[in-house]
Amino acid sequence: MPILELAAKFGTYVVMAVILVFAVGVVTFRNLFHCALCLAAALIGTAVIYVVLQAEYLAAIQILLYVGAVVTLVIFAIMLTEHLAGKTIRQNNSQSSLAIAGLLGFVALLTGLILKTPWPVTETALKAKVSVMGLGQALMGAYVFPFEVISIILIAALIGTVVIAKKDDPEEPS
Amino acid sequence: MILLPLSHILIFSLLLFAIGVYGALVRRNIIGILISIELMLNAANINLIAFSKYTSLSPETGQIFALFVIAIAATAAAVGLAIVLALYRVRKTVLADEVNLLKW
Amino acid sequence: MVTCDQILLVPLLPFLAFVINILAGRWLKDRAAWLSIATSSVACVIALPICWAVFQGAHFSHQGTWLMLGAVPLKFGYLMDPLSATLLFMVTIVGTLIQVYASGYMHGDPRYSRFFAYVSLFMSAMLTLVISDNYLLFFMSWEIMGLCSYLLIGFYFEKASAANASLKAFLTTRIGDVGFLLGFLTLFTAIGTLNFAQMNTIMAGAHGGHATLNTGLLAMASLLIFCGTIGKSAQFPLHVWLPDAMEGPTPVSALIHAATMVAAGVFLVARSFTLFMAVPNILPIVTAIGTITAFMAAFIALTQNDIKRVLAYSTISQLGYMVTAMGLSGLGAGTFHLITHAFFKALLFLGAGSVIHGTHVQDIREMGGLFKKMPHTAVTFIIASLALAGVPPLSGFWSKDEILLAAFGSGNFLVFGILLLTAFMTAFYMFRLIFLTFFGKARNHDVHAHESPALMTAPLWCLAVGSVVIGIPGSPFMHHWFQKFMEHMAHYPEYEPSAFVMGCSIAVAILGITLAGVIYLKQKHWAEAVAKAFPSFYRLSFHKFYFDEFYSAYVVKPFNALGRVLFGFDETVIDGAVNGTGRNTLFLSEIKNWIDKYIVDGAVNFMGTAVYFLNSIVKRIQTGFVQNYLLIVFLVLIAFLILELKLA
Repeated sequence: MPILELAAKFGTYVVMAVILVFAVGVVTFRNLFHCALCLAAALIGTAVIYVVLQAEYLAAIQILLYVGAVVTLVIFAIMLTEHLAGKTIRQNNSQSSLAIAGLLGFVALLTGLILKTPWPVTETALKAKVSVMGLGQALMGAYVFPFEVISIILIAALIGTVVIAKKDDPEEPS
Repeated sequence: MILLPLSHILIFSLLLFAIGVYGALVRRNIIGILISIELMLNAANINLIAFSKYTSLSPETGQIFALFVIAIAATAAAVGLAIVLALYRVRKTVLADEVNLLKW
Repeated sequence: MVTCDQILLVPLLPFLAFVINILAGRWLKDRAAWLSIATSSVACVIALPICWAVFQGAHFSHQGTWLMLGAVPLKFGYLMDPLSATLLFMVTIVGTLIQVYASGYMHGDPRYSRFFAYVSLFMSAMLTLVISDNYLLFFMSWEIMGLCSYLLIGFYFEKASAANASLKAFLTTRIGDVGFLLGFLTLFTAIGTLNFAQMNTIMAGAHGGHATLNTGLLAMASLLIFCGTIGKSAQFPLHVWLPDAMEGPTPVSALIHAATMVAAGVFLVARSFTLFMAVPNILPIVTAIGTITAFMAAFIALTQNDIKRVLAYSTISQLGYMVTAMGLSGLGAGTFHLITHAFFKALLFLGAGSVIHGTHVQDIREMGGLFKKMPHTAVTFIIASLALAGVPPLSGFWSKDEILLAAFGSGNFLVFGILLLTAFMTAFYMFRLIFLTFFGKARNHDVHAHESPALMTAPLWCLAVGSVVIGIPGSPFMHHWFQKFMEHMAHYPEYEPSAFVMGCSIAVAILGITLAGVIYLKQKHWAEAVAKAFPSFYRLSFHKFYFDEFYSAYVVKPFNALGRVLFGFDETVIDGAVNGTGRNTLFLSEIKNWIDKYIVDGAVNFMGTAVYFLNSIVKRIQTGFVQNYLLIVFLVLIAFLILELKLA
């Protein structure tokens, strides 16, 4: 139905704008806790975009992992390293102007590129539906090697994190 | 079904990425930098999904790629935060411009 | 060619004695003398039969190749002809007797064995000289004899006078030796050989007109060879060394400076007789020098007061006689006088040594009346003096008569006259010596004389017998056998014995002896009167014609000055150059040091400073601030993108 489609399109644009606003909030707020919350909101919005792009499984994963785990982790770290109450210190460092200038140029450049490039949009791709079964088969089939490597990386990260973050107790003679 | 033109999504992810880069370059708190990095990775994910949806002949590829990126991003966040904790313990600060022992 | 190779032992045995005495002398001590005497006697025993064979008319020679001069072999060997046989006979006998005497005379000397080592070396050299068959071997032995003379004259080297005398002897004879060397080298250039036998053949062939000779070169050769004789036989003007050589021990004076070494010069002329005969222009020079020497030395001997000096000048005078004889082509006469002179002069020196040994003084003015105290010495001394004065029938008379005959017979009346006058002076000064030493009253009562031991008087008697009988072979009693014997060497003119000459020589001898007896036994004041009457003559005689002063002023001093100049040159120029090089090197190295320090090190330091300076600018990039790095990466990325797009 054309009105539904229109509404859907409009909604998508709105969600994008919200995400951008929250992203700006992430990089601007002085209070780090607010930044973390804005991040969570941005990530949830991104999950909505995934749904719009018909990647439902990934949206679920996004919320589970990103919002559920990563943001939690970040909030833990914030709490461990800062006094939440009180200080609001300057959050921007000295190179903000240069960064903005560079970024504006970057955005302009790439926008031009994106608009110029004839993207090979294919009907078959648009028509294709990705099922969880298909994802699982691909994961265990064609992409089993990166899957295993990821598991190794995860173990390494686990061990590394523990080692780095552990308190340096005086070694008892073993 | 066509929702949006591909270029719009791409521009959106570009903007998200740019904001993430700005945060990484400008924020003083290291955890803030890590958060900005999460934003960047997220933008890359959106790109991947969009491309896989609009142009790819094997649509699973993009999504699996995005999956891996999420996993890696989580790993990166974990290790980075561990480093921040260790740094906080030693230097009693989490501000990037106060950690400049490698200055000339 | 008949050989008698055992002749090689004759010089070899004394050389062996020299080596042993030099090396083991400290342990041999007194036995060193017996070793020398033994080797000398054995050499005598070996030599005499060979000499006897040659006297019978045999002729021996042998040659071996010494080294190869390119393609020409240099041959050394021995030649036993009448001349060498005669001299060998004399040298071995007289040498052995003198060594026996010396073993007694030198008793108690701390360097006893070294003395006999040197004497043995001398004997070895002299014997080699006598039997050598070419000029080169002759010259080598000549030089070794000169060395021994130096060593033995300077035997008491603690005395400055002895050291100086030995040096004077060596240097003076050296001048002659240089002439001799140049002479036989010139001879080699002229005739291409140094061998005596070959030379004789060539000269004889030239006489017969078979070959042409370069008489100019030969004349120069003979004159230069004669220079060697002038030096070694103490002829005018190189006679100055012989009187001073009396500083050596008396046996040395007897052996070397009376009997053998000084006779070697005359022997050289005899050996080169054919050469001299081939250049008759040189002979007058030889005669002149000989005559001048004979007269001058006798004149000086008249006033000398040291017993050995008188004998030294007597030797010079008699050598002048021999050289004159050679100059008058009297080979037989000269050689005859050489032999007889060896015997009686050796006896005179040994007798003088005995006197000195007994009285411990050398000045005859301090002696007197020694006849009773030293009978053996006195009697033998008188016998020898009679022989020297030329009183018949002793040997000296026959030999001197031959020389006078040669002068008279060849028509050189001037030479004859001078020689006669010299004979008168000879008789006079010898008997002056005898009367002052052995007769009269003892003038110095501190002198307590005693006769010498038998070891010293036995040789005296042997030599006395020799002085008497050795003249017989050349006398009418044996029909002048010696002169005919020497004819085998070379042809030379013979003269009929002249009663006139004989009478003259006897007359002057008797006159001389009588005058000496009258003056020195009875009328002492006549001597002083004559001296006062002819003061300049007296001074000339007493001061030896001022030769030493002349040489000292005009030869020695300029050379010393030249030496000092050269030394100064060496010090300032040559050493200066060397030091200058050293200083230059130091200076250059200073410069290099400066360059190294300021320029090279400066460049290196400059590099370092430049890097440091650049570094201080560039290091600011490293802020240690991660976000700066990130920003740079980002901006460069944008730049690359733009570039890529532009290029595309």
